[in-house]
This record gives sequence, structure tokens and C-alpha cells, in this order.
Amino acid sequence: CTLSAAAQGTVGGRVLDEKAQPLPGVTVIIEGTQLGSSTNAEGQFLIQNVPAGQQTVLTSFVGYSTQRLPVNVANGQTTNVKDITLGENTTLLNEAVVVGYGVQRRQDVTGSIATVTSKDFVPGQVTNPEQLVQGKIAGVSITTGGGAPGSANAIRIRGNSSLNASNDPLFVIDGVPVDKGGISGASNPLSLINPNDIESVTVLKDASALAIYGNRASNGVVLITTKRGLQGEKLTVNFSSQTSVSRRFNKYDVLSADELRTLVQERGSAAQKANLGTANTDWQDEIFRTAATFDNNISLTGSIKKLPFRVSYGNLNQDGIVITNSLKRNTGSLSLTPVLLDGHLRVDINAKGTQIKNRFIDDGQIGGAISYNPTVPVRSSEAQYVPYGGYFQYLGTNGLPASQAPGNPVAALNNSNNISTVKRFIGNVQLDYKFHFLPELRANLNLATDVSRGEGSTATSVTDFGNVGQGRFTRFKQDKDMRLLEFYLAYNKQLGADTKFDVQAGYSYQDFENQGPNYQIFRFDRTTPLGDPPSPSGYYDPYRLISYFGRANLSVKDRYLLTATLRNDNTSRFGEGNRSGYFPALGLGWRLKGENFLTNNQSVTELKLRAGYGITGQQEIGGPFDYLPRYVRGNNSVQYQLGLDAAGNPIFIPFQRPAGYNADLTWETTATYNAGLDWGLFDNRVSGSIDVYQRNTDNLLANVFVPAGGLANKLNRNVGSLRNRGVEVALNVVPVRTEDFTWDVNLNAAYNKTEITDLGPQLEGFIGYQVEGIGGGTGNNIQIQTVGYPNNAFYVYQQVYGADGRPVEELYVDRNGDGVLNEADLYRYKQRAPLATFGFTTNFTYKRLTLNAVLRANVGNYVYNRIAADQANLIGIQQGSALFLSNVPTSVRDTYFNASRQRQIYSDYYLENGSFLRGENITLGYNVGKIFREGTNLRLTAAVQNVFLITKYSGLDPEIFSGVDNNFYPRARTFTFGLNASF
Amino acid sequence: CNDLDLKPKYENTPDKVYVDLNGYRSVLAKVYGGFAVTGLGNDNANGAAGGGDIADIDEGTSDYIRQLWSAQELTTDEAVWTWPDPGVQDWHNMNWTASNVVVRGLYYRLYYEIALCNEFIRESSDDKLNSRLSGADVATAKRYRAEARFLRAVAYSHVVDLYGGGPFVIDTDPTAYTPPYRTRQQLFEYVEQELLALASSPEFAEPRTNEYGRVDKAAAWAMLSRLYLNANVYTASVPGQNNGTARYTDAARYAKQVIDAGYTLNTTAAGTVSSAYGRLFLADNHTAPARNEVIWPVTFDAANTRSFGGTSFLINGSTGSGSTGWKNYVGMPSGWDGLRTTRNLVDVFGADTARGRDSRGRFWAQGQTLDIDDVTKKEQGYGVVKYRNVTSSGTAIAQPLAPAFYFASTDFPMIRLAEVMLNYTEAVQRGGTGDAGLALGYVNQIRRRAYNKPINTPDASVDFTSLTLDRLLDERQRELHWEGFRRSDLIRFDNMFTRVTTNPRSNWPFKGGSRTGRAVADTRVLFPIPASDRAVNPALPQNDGY
Repeated sequence: CTLSAAAQGTVGGRVLDEKAQPLPGVTVIIEGTQLGSSTNAEGQFLIQNVPAGQQTVLTSFVGYSTQRLPVNVANGQTTNVKDITLGENTTLLNEAVVVGYGVQRRQDVTGSIATVTSKDFVPGQVTNPEQLVQGKIAGVSITTGGGAPGSANAIRIRGNSSLNASNDPLFVIDGVPVDKGGISGASNPLSLINPNDIESVTVLKDASALAIYGNRASNGVVLITTKRGLQGEKLTVNFSSQTSVSRRFNKYDVLSADELRTLVQERGSAAQKANLGTANTDWQDEIFRTAATFDNNISLTGSIKKLPFRVSYGNLNQDGIVITNSLKRNTGSLSLTPVLLDGHLRVDINAKGTQIKNRFIDDGQIGGAISYNPTVPVRSSEAQYVPYGGYFQYLGTNGLPASQAPGNPVAALNNSNNISTVKRFIGNVQLDYKFHFLPELRANLNLATDVSRGEGSTATSVTDFGNVGQGRFTRFKQDKDMRLLEFYLAYNKQLGADTKFDVQAGYSYQDFENQGPNYQIFRFDRTTPLGDPPSPSGYYDPYRLISYFGRANLSVKDRYLLTATLRNDNTSRFGEGNRSGYFPALGLGWRLKGENFLTNNQSVTELKLRAGYGITGQQEIGGPFDYLPRYVRGNNSVQYQLGLDAAGNPIFIPFQRPAGYNADLTWETTATYNAGLDWGLFDNRVSGSIDVYQRNTDNLLANVFVPAGGLANKLNRNVGSLRNRGVEVALNVVPVRTEDFTWDVNLNAAYNKTEITDLGPQLEGFIGYQVEGIGGGTGNNIQIQTVGYPNNAFYVYQQVYGADGRPVEELYVDRNGDGVLNEADLYRYKQRAPLATFGFTTNFTYKRLTLNAVLRANVGNYVYNRIAADQANLIGIQQGSALFLSNVPTSVRDTYFNASRQRQIYSDYYLENGSFLRGENITLGYNVGKIFREGTNLRLTAAVQNVFLITKYSGLDPEIFSGVDNNFYPRARTFTFGLNASF
Repeated sequence: CNDLDLKPKYENTPDKVYVDLNGYRSVLAKVYGGFAVTGLGNDNANGAAGGGDIADIDEGTSDYIRQLWSAQELTTDEAVWTWPDPGVQDWHNMNWTASNVVVRGLYYRLYYEIALCNEFIRESSDDKLNSRLSGADVATAKRYRAEARFLRAVAYSHVVDLYGGGPFVIDTDPTAYTPPYRTRQQLFEYVEQELLALASSPEFAEPRTNEYGRVDKAAAWAMLSRLYLNANVYTASVPGQNNGTARYTDAARYAKQVIDAGYTLNTTAAGTVSSAYGRLFLADNHTAPARNEVIWPVTFDAANTRSFGGTSFLINGSTGSGSTGWKNYVGMPSGWDGLRTTRNLVDVFGADTARGRDSRGRFWAQGQTLDIDDVTKKEQGYGVVKYRNVTSSGTAIAQPLAPAFYFASTDFPMIRLAEVMLNYTEAVQRGGTGDAGLALGYVNQIRRRAYNKPINTPDASVDFTSLTLDRLLDERQRELHWEGFRRSDLIRFDNMFTRVTTNPRSNWPFKGGSRTGRAVADTRVLFPIPASDRAVNPALPQNDGY
């Protein structure tokens, strides 16, 4: 303090929010001095020893705009300024950002963090939370698993950091790191969260932001915050209702019945001709339908005295576009957020419960509809089809299914009732206590649980083709339980006006159990056993994480920022001595805007440089006991006969198999370097950020060959390295901002290049690890992991083309020039993951009308067109059997291939550029405004999803995570009408 | 709650397995079962797959018998395979590389079996047995241990035959280990020593005194006769030259010991179901009289010992799905349309096939062509209906998973008396010390059985009066076709590769992938050490030519 004993006074006042509620914790300083204070629970502040005379009171608070207020300080007196009202700040750079174990001001953040709040969510029919931000965040690639309701999505943040370990980000919902894995009966565990309850989604991308979550953060962290009530808030009832109609917008191009008849008559064998029928069936039309979805949600938000609350109920009823497919979901949530003990104890209670009921389909029937013979009818009244429920089937002379023949896809769908019921409860109680004697010190206790119960069954009727006369009944059950205890102490201190720091240290205990029984298979009657009793009688996969973490944030003059974190994790998945991993990170920020040369620059609203380095860990691979020597009992179906009993019958002995194990398993680590620049111009009319990063994963947990002679030829080991490098750009522009008309544009782009840099000892001639099965025989794989190449590169033969530009049958380039065409001529070509992803969002608001569009694009992703590779040839018509015919894609005319498919399926001819531009969503909204009385509101929307798709890919849709187009459930085009009323 | 030592619930730590003799027996079941089944069988849909032993190969394909059989038969005139499964056509084409998935899968299966045996022997040291078991159980467990040693020697003998040298790991080595390389000569000597030790070990069962399915000294003698018969191949200075040390006298001696141990050729036909020869390959071949000829069966059962390899592979694989008659005959309601044979195998029976005289020449010709233009066409090439899934009373085996899956209950003869008799004859014919008259008599007994004649009554219509090596090779093919001997036999008889091209037996349709057959480099006599293992074990050299 440099003050002399000159004239001094005291300044007091009160800070309120726009609802005139007091705002505690607001930083208030006297501009140009180091004098300051923060407001108490009543929003009041008092700053002493302020030099007399004209001063400016500066108030700033996370998520609110900064206010300046002149005050004339009188010597020896307390001057009260009028109430200061802070408006909520909606510009990107000043908002409050949820970070691991806390909240930060955007401008204080040193890591790469992106947030999307509810007002910017993707509208329309959204079943899963991650769809809310699809295309919205640079470097976050969300690939839906297809058009089935609730289907699993592959979420990749900055590519993938692991080969065989999990590449899914960690989801933290209201402070609860939830179970990453799936639950039987729900394709997507996140579909158990109602998107309507979500307030914001924050993605932590670089290590300096992630390392606080150490152990499971290598693939990024997604923080989901749900909506909650505010103290003193008036009761608001919000009702939203959406009705959607979905239909497929394209179909796989296969021969019509007449075209197939012509082709077979021209080129087919006598046996093929004999199997031609007279019907004209479009099997795709038979299995696809126009489907409706109803999504209704109601919520009550408010405050009972000092108890803010929010309760909600949601009901989703979604039909898939394939017959019989449906999803029903009921969700309920409750949050209570009281502040007690004179503002010293913040309590945060959340409970979310969900029940979903699915009826799944066998995706193979989509492929079945593409290839089933169009010259036969769906149904037939002939007597031989009576045991098959009157559906046409290929039968032998004995009335039994013809060998190797596929089943009628319509019959298969209708004969199979594959249902599941899944319940999930996520609840937590978080207590945050600010010590009475030392308000700068907080203690935070978080107790949470995540409980899932999944069960289901598949009942296949006695008229089913493959199970005729018997039917089949299988069931499953899975119980998952997560328990969490986290505790931390946080201390923050303002040292004068310039220096702020906070430190925190904590402990985390998280316990996971995953278990269930294995069931006997029965006939449809559910009493006659089929096959053996299950062995083992159940499964049990527990694991446990115990962690210690600490973080320090330092901010000097609001310009120089430093964040340091350290986390120590211990996992039960590794053996004694290998369990502990340390994950440090450092983030630095320099807010250039705060420097003298920019403070008064009206054009530059924000400019900040960020740099970070950190290490995160990964242990999520294989089973929970992979490090432990153990024996596994074989099923009763694989016993061995040792001796004969008295009657001369063999005695069967169930075996115990010693399992391969790796006692040396330990942490995989990913070191991330990140540099970023946040900027805003012209009152943030133009703003954005750019990040460059490199991620090096070492001690890569990979499933690799181990020397022959052990109990396994491949084991999960810590070998190898993987590198991701990329650039991410986000740009926000508000070209027009007038009272009546606003137009804003958001563009994000990301480029990511992955390369496997090491896979353990390598030898010339070792090709790598072939992955991604494609059928066409046992053990065909189309992709490969090789050092020096991206993960999941395609591994194919190079097709030779004739003078006419057509591929020459079974002729490939002898790439190694040894005169022999064999597997040594396969080569690595392209990759399944996109090199670049783009998202584009634009909003027009004219008075009460809004128009919103979201577009997405992927570039550089390749797709193996397995349907064409398998089927688009003349032998595809007669799949190895004279007993039936199959349909083929019209692209058969491009090749007329007619020989063995051994090499043909590996031809790069079937590898296609899957780059695309998708019109994800267009939504038109009209805000009706108040209805009946003040304080009510009604908003109407109409949305189209999957508006258009521009691609060179010849199949239906190139956006396929695995890179193999195989029985893909097509994404529908969906028209949604919604209303949202609050009163 | 700070405990990170979680325990499995459905798996056992080793201290909970080897608690009594039954514990040892349950692991012994896997040591034996390593030849028959491929994993834990926990795929509920079929019980044959799921939890496979070997990674990076289709589990069903990874079966020991299926792979050994494929390497020995699909590389020769005896069998072709329709399907374009990865690597499989390379058997015919003889253009496999060190990255070939089936060459690799076979290799890992052999070494997996070795690892299983090592683990069992490791847990069966005298000290461990004495501390864990008591009384007669200790002696019983020592017998188990001897059998594991035998099975390990068998797996190493297959390494010697197929790959030459290879990694060498035994029970005294640690579990996580990068084994050193041993040459073909060294591995040959190791197998010989092990078999010799077992041949006289008091811990190893005397012939025909052990339980069904388990092995005894006769099996060790039989393996010695097989090993010695091929000694000049295995100890050759250059693989394929067959200029190593011949051991025909030893081959004859051990063959004779087996022959004199009380095994008998089955001479009883199964009524109208099968000939005496055919009965050896029926679903109840675990019963007498078929079992009296079999020295070591690898057992299968449609309900309890399922795999997509073994005889389920041989019967399903060789059956035409479109022919009810065919399926009924072999007792398998399904067919994979996979395996057929070339005309060479049919022709070796001469006109006797057509006349049905030689009961060993049983082919499915209806709807099939004898000649093959395209191996991928299932209608080309005759079917072989040697292995069948019906009992001697003609009953098809109950199929618990019908109509989805069908498995065989037929046991696969790894060693049977007829082979040992032919070993004796060949050893003597090649100059080993022995009784030439007896040698000729053995062949003629086998031939008389084939023609449904009394085997001890000379019969001029079928008997040979003299022998030549070519005759013996042909007789071995007639008797032992599709039992997994052909490649080794052709090599031993100098008919496999380029060196000898004059003998018509050295060429066949689709040899080397050519419709008419082509010469193939001598270096193909050995399969390559898989690149995947060389990548992680720098001690391993590559065989010539790869």
C-alpha cells in the first residue's frame, strides 16, 4: 500500500442483478488503485482508505458485464453509491465457464475450453445430449451411429489418443463424473439424459484444462450442467412439446424386379433362372416407414422461500424409420440449490431418473432388404409357408429352410421382439461451505451415485425362418453402480487490487461395479432350454479409482494468468507398484487487452494468448483383472472327454484355462501442448479463437503381439506412441445488429492428423495390426494399424482399370513388383477419420421471427462400400447356393464382376471419398410473446433435420464412424413442429 | 475403502484351482482340449466360439486339427477349399507370406498348446504336487504331467515338420518370456529326447491301460516311429533336400512296439451303414471295435465338445448344402460347401472307386464334376465322405442347437494302428532293419480290410506281392487320405516341390494356384516364421525364401 496519510474516505454500496437480487462475491475495486473488496451475501461492499476526491468504482463478476460508477469521496466519511445493477453478460469472452471442480471467468481461462449454452443448442428432434452441440465446437466430432432412436454416437475430441483403450471423453454431469461405459439395453448411455434438462455443455480440450480430471481425461471432458432454479425466482412453468415426422430420404440403388429378371435371363445360369419369381417387391419400401416422434416436457422452476428448485418431467416417444423399431423414454429431474448459513453453505442437490424402453431391430435386416430377391412376394398363401406365418421363405423340399438362404427381412423383423428396459439414476449432494472465520476458504464435499439397471429379452417366434418350430428366447440383465466421494478445500485471496490467486486440493474416491447373470437360452415357450446352461453363471467387472488433486490459479493485473494442476490417480486395474500415475499441467495466459497499448483501443475488445502443457492418463482397457494370473472356466459346450463311464459313454470334464495376463500394465499417458489466441473486435461483433495443439500419447495401451510361447499371442501392453496434431478455429460474426434485425454467424473448423509413431519393436516386413472385419469369409479385415500411418488406415489392393475406365476383374497392381500377386501387394490408403471437420451456424432474428441453420462438413474421411464390394457382382446374385437368388446393387453394371471375391473385396475400387456437407438443421421460430397475461411466453418452431447431404459417396450416407458401410441404419430426414410455453 | 486389490468373482486365481486332483484334471482337460476346441465357448449362440485362445485369426479357423489338417491337405492333391477366407486360398496357391493369417494362426496354435503344457507341468512339480495332494492322487497327477509332456512333444514335432526351427520355451522358463531360437535339428533332438524319456517312464501309462482319450506309451512309440521315419527330412542340412540322418531302423523298432501292444485293425463293418474302414470315422468311433485301432483320438461331441474345427469342420466343410442325399449320408443337416478333392485322390483308387471295391475310396460325385476349373466353384471336384456324423447303427447325432448350428461327435484319429503299420513297412522298405515279409504282410492286411476281405487270409485279388516306394506312397494316400499326412508324405517321398518333377505324383490340379499345377520352389517346404512373432522376438531368424 503506497497511500500517504492524505485525505481518505470510505465507499459503500450494494450490487444487484437484473432481478434486483443481491449479488454476493462481486469484485469491487477503486479504479487505478489496489483498493477493493468483494460483496457479501447481501451484495454489500465497503472499501476503506479511499483517497478523497473523484474516483471510479469498478465492479466485475463472472458472467456479468463490468460496470464503472463515478463517486466523489469525502474525507473521513462513508460515501454510499447508488445500487449497482449488473447485467448478465452474454458475450463469449466474459461469461462464467464451468471448469473441473469449479467455475472460472472466461477471461481467466488458460486452457482450451468451449461452451455451448441452451440458447445455441441444435434445435429440432434431439434425443441424445451430445446432439445438442453437434457441429458447434471446433475439434469435437460427433458421429451418430445411424438413424435408430437412441443410437450410440462416437464422440471424438481432437481425434483419438488411444488405439485399443477407450477414446470416449469423460462426461461430468453436474459435477458427477459418470460411468463411461454403456449399459445393456441402451445403445447410448447418454440417451438416458434428457436434453431438455441441459443448460450448458462445456468441452475441455487441452491438458491444462483436463489434467484436474487426470485419469480419464485423455480424450477430453464434457461438462454438462443442467438447469436449476434461482433464489427468489418466481415460479415458472415451462411446457414444450415437439412432434416430428421422420422418413428416409434416399434408398440404396438396387435392381428392380424387372431389371433383375432381365439380367438373370441375359447372363444367369439355368439354376438362377429357375429361382426367378414373378413378383415385384421393393424390400426397402417394405421395411422402411414414415415414423412419428412425440417429445413432451414440463418443468417447474422457482424458489420456495429461500429454496430454489427445479423439477421436470419429460416423455419421449420415438419410432424408428424401420418397422417395429421404437424408443420410449420417461425422465424426471429435481434440483435443489439452497444457500444456507448466511450465505456460507451452498447446497446443490440433483437427482435425475430415467426409464427407457427400447425395441431394437436386427440391423442385418437392412442389408437383407437390400439384397433380398425382389421377384418373390412378401407373403404367400401356399401351404408350405404356413409354418412361417404365411411369409415367403426359401425352403428345401422338406419344407425346412434352404441351406444358407437368408430369411425374409420383413418376416424377420416382425418375428423378433427385441426389447429392453433401462433405468438410470444419477444423484448427488454437493455441499460447499465457506468458513465463517475465513471466508476465503471453502470446503466442498460431493457425494454422488450413478446407478443403471438394464434388462431385456429377444423373443423370436416359432414362425421365424432360422428358428422354425422352436422359436427362441434370450435375455440379459446388467447392473451398474458407481459411487463417488469427492472432497476439496479451496482458498482464494485477492492481494490488493492486482493479484488474485486461488488454490485447491482434494481427494476423490470412485468405485464402479458392473455385474449381472448369464441366462439360459430357451425356445419361444421360455421353458424348453436351448443349448447349455450358461457358464459362468454371471459376470462381474469392478474397478476403483482413488485420486488426489490440486490446482493453483494466479491472476496478476487481470492480464497475466497461470493455472497449475497436479493429480495423482491410483487404479485397481493395474498391479501393485503400477497403480499410481501423476498428471501435472501448466497453463499460462496473457490478456493483451489489459495492456496499456490496447486498453483504450476501441476496436479490439478482447485479445488473449494462451499456452498450456499437461499430461493426462488412461487406464480404461480390457478387463479389470488383466494384470492378474487367473483361470477361467470353459463353457459346458467345450468340455473335453477324459475316459468313459460304465455304460461306455464319454465323461466330459469342464476345463479351467489359464489366462494370458500382463503384470506390468500401467498408465498410458498423453502429453498435450496447446497454444491459443482468443480475440474480439468491434464490441465483439467479430470474435473468435484459434488453437494449435500436439498430443503425444506414450506408453500406449495397445493390444499387440507378444512372443509366441506364452498363454496368449496378443496382450494389452504399454507399447507404442500415437501423435495428434491439429488446428482449431472458431469464428463468430455479427454482421447485422439492429433493434429489429440480428444476423449472426458461427463458423468452426478443425484439422487433425493422427499418426501412429511407435508400436513396440518393429521388424522390416511386419505389416501391423489388421482391424475392422468386413465379412465375406472368416476374419477379413479392411483396416490396419501401422507405424508411420494414421490409425485405421485402409489396407487394400490397388485396382487396375481397363482402357474403358472400368475396373478389370481380379487384376491389381503388383506393388512390390515380385511378379506374384499376394498379400504383400496390399497397400495402406487413406483413413476412416476425417482430416478436417467444419461446423457452420447462422441465426437471423427479425422481430419475433428467427431462422437458424446448422451445417456440418467432414473432409478426408473414406468409406469402404461393403455393400458394393459384397453384392455388386454377378456372383452376388447367387450367393454360393443354387437354392435362392439375391438382388444386387445397380452398380453391378459398372463391373459385371463374376469371379471369386477373395481379393475383390480388398480392392480400393470400393474405397470411396466420404467427404460431405450436411444440412444438419434449419429451424424457423416465431415468438408469439405473452399469452393472456404478462410474464408468459409462447414460442413456436418448425425444423427440418438432415435437410440435404452433398457427397460423392455412392452409398446412402458416408458419415460412418467405422469407415465400413455395412447394414447402416439410414439417418432420416425429420420435420419437427414444436411449441414452448412458459407461464 | 482404500483397497485397490479387487478380486474376480467368476474367475479363479491359481491358488484356487490346484487345490485337489479334480483341479488338476480340469486343467488337464484344457491341455488335451487344446487340440479340439478353440476357446471358452461362451458365445451363447453356438457354444463353440467365444473367448478364443488365439488372437488375430477367426476363432473357428484357429482350431488345432483344422489348421494342421489344412496345412497338410490343402497344400496337396487331396483337398481344395472353396471359400475366399483370408489366406486360405494361399494354401493351394503356395504363395503364402510371413504375414499370412492362417500360417500365423497355425503357428500360434502350436505354441499356445506348448504354453498350456508348460503351465500345467510348472504347476505339477514334485514339490507342488506333494504340498497340494496326497496319497494316490500324487501318482495320478504325475501321470497327467507325463501326458502333458507328451502333448508338448507332439506340438513341437509339428513345429519341426511345418516351420523347421522355432522359439523354444519349456516349463522351467518364466511365464512372461522371450524365448530363444532353436534350429530344426535342435528341436528334433528335443522331441526325440522327450519321447524317449516318456517311452520308458514309469509315470507314463502302459499301452491300452489309460482312460479313453488319454495317451500312453504306445502313443510315444508311435510318435517316435513317425519322427524317425522323417528324420532324414528333419535333419537335412538344407530344408527340402532330405539328406539328413536316416533313422529307419529306429522307426521300424518303435512301430513294431506299437503293433505288438495289442491294438487291432477294425475288421467289423457297421451293417449297411459303413465298411470296417468307414467305421473308424463314424460318430461313435469312441466305442469298440473302432476304438481298438485308435491309439490317440482327439475327441469331439456335438453337445459337449464343440468347435468350428476338428471333425465338425471336416464334415460340415466337405458337405454340399444343396444335396439332401449327401447331407443324409454324412449325418450332417448342414453343409459349408467348402472342401472337395482333386482328381488325383480319386484316381489313386483307379477303377476300384467306381466299382466300390476299395471301401476307402468314398466320394460324393452326384452333382459334382471330377475336374476343377475354378476352385471357388463348389460343384467342381468330388466330395470326400470319409468322416461322418452317424453312429454305427446309422443314427444321426442329436443336435442341441438345430437348426441354427450342427456339430460332429466323430473323434479324430491323431494316431491309429494302420498308420504305424505303414510306418513299419516304409521304414523297412527304405532299408531299416526289420522283417520284410512282415512289412509286406502289414500292407496286405490293410488292403484286405479295405476290400472287406478277411485280413489274415492271403487274397491274390488285392494283395501286393512286392513293394515299391511309389506303391507305398499310393497306399498311404488310400489309407490315410484326409487324416493330415499328405504334405509330410509328399515331402518325404520327394514329390512336393521342384526338385523332382518326373513323378506324376508330384503334380496336381491347382498346385501353386495353377489349374494344371506348376512347380513350386523348394523353400516352400517350410512355412515362414510369422512376421508378427519376429517383430517381437528378435532372436528368430526367417526361413529361406521368405
